[in-house]
Amino acid sequence: MSEASATPGAGFERPPPPARGWSGQRVAGHAVLGLWALLGLGLVWFLAASWDRELFDKYAGGYVSGLLTTLALVGISIVAGALISIPVAYGRMSRNPVLSGLAYVYVYFFRGTPLLAQTFLVYYGVGSFKAELDAVGLWWFFRDAFNCAVFAFSLNTAAYQAEVLRGAIESVPRGQWEGAASLGLHKMQTLWKVILPQALVVALRPYGNEVILMVKGSAIVAIITVYDLMGITRLTYSRTFDFQSYIWAAIIYLMIVEVLRHAIDWIERRITRHLKR
Amino acid sequence: MENMWTLLSWGPQGWLDDIAYGVFITVSLALATLPLGLAVGFLASLAKQSQEPSLRLAGDIYTTIFRGLPELLTLFLVFYGAQIGIQKVVQLFSPGTTVEVNSFISGMIALGAVFSAYASEVFLSAFRAIPSGQYEGGYAIGLSKGQTMRLVVLPQLIRIALPGLANLWLILLKDTALVSAIGLTDILRQAGVAARVTKHAFLFFGVATLIYLLLSVVSSFGIMAIERAVSRQEARR
Repeated sequence: MSEASATPGAGFERPPPPARGWSGQRVAGHAVLGLWALLGLGLVWFLAASWDRELFDKYAGGYVSGLLTTLALVGISIVAGALISIPVAYGRMSRNPVLSGLAYVYVYFFRGTPLLAQTFLVYYGVGSFKAELDAVGLWWFFRDAFNCAVFAFSLNTAAYQAEVLRGAIESVPRGQWEGAASLGLHKMQTLWKVILPQALVVALRPYGNEVILMVKGSAIVAIITVYDLMGITRLTYSRTFDFQSYIWAAIIYLMIVEVLRHAIDWIERRITRHLKR
Repeated sequence: MENMWTLLSWGPQGWLDDIAYGVFITVSLALATLPLGLAVGFLASLAKQSQEPSLRLAGDIYTTIFRGLPELLTLFLVFYGAQIGIQKVVQLFSPGTTVEVNSFISGMIALGAVFSAYASEVFLSAFRAIPSGQYEGGYAIGLSKGQTMRLVVLPQLIRIALPGLANLWLILLKDTALVSAIGLTDILRQAGVAARVTKHAFLFFGVATLIYLLLSVVSSFGIMAIERAVSRQEARR
């Protein structure tokens, strides 16, 4: 207390912080946390108790290939969807009523119906057009369930990404366009050098959410016999009737989503550094 | 394709009655899940904005799990997990009996958990939009905590949270399609049965897709009506 007495009025003891009693909230919080801990421990115990070296060796490889299939499916769909979304977003923003109407119907259809129904429509429905597709030489593509899934997912995510892109471009104030025009930049240059760098900062989070939604949504391809992570899980479960197959899938999916979420947070922090004051 | 209308007619020749039953199941599942998800989501948002760190952590764990898992996997975890769990318990008392878990209830629990995880975030951001002066004003005129919540905060909260919740309703409606994977006779499953029997897959899955689209359109009109009613209330203040 010797150095504290140098400042005036410091001879007094600071009152102790009020004791945190066991309020109802605190009891409830600890109870729920205890429940979570119990569940977590139960899970670890369950996985440890049902640990089987032979089973692991037999099916772990399948899980890895399933994970790779999931990542390939999502990666291809996201990139293809991004390409398709550019003309759709252009149509949505166009003043031409035919173009904007078409783009609106496209977006409304794919956002208003379940991805599972769209996938079924492509996978099962494409058989109704076998003769026509054979004629144009596209049947080999749609014969494979993976390709059908990629096709449906790309169209679906294109609708969502088009809305993200449109929202982001429209979030840039009009003065930016006018300023660039007054500097003599033409439209493409303005879009590329002035508008998009600002729009993509806004678009990053919704894009990231879309990637996460696709990773989660891609689990449904298991129903149309694609052996992605979920498909492998179902296969393993149907062979072993061991519930841990689902638990492992849950752990892997949770890890993917959490890694993606933190990566997006990190990128956002990084690209908005210049906006921090 | 001249028999298309026969296939889509009502009665033993056509499949319209079966698909209509599927629509009934889909809509009732979504409507049954909504109050469950809203209630749990509201409680979770209360936990996540509480002063107590342990309660906040518990709420965050809940959200992380159910927002991170694929909906289909959640459904399977609930469906098979409940089956195995209840089976184990029942066999303690009467060995040899097998239990069949209701797929409607499983769907309700799984979709409700997912819905509530997202809804808690919507409620949380709505709570943050309400200035603390509203609470203080409520306490200053002698309202209890519960009364302040019910009479002062909730009416504003609903107005702010409505667009987000409407969005979640549309997502819920689409997610109900997943229950066809655990054998519930919803729109998609009925369409699948019809497609297998008649070999007109594109027709029936197309019809199913259009029905989902129609449900979305009807919902958007309903949502618009609710939003108008709520904003009228605001104007009167």
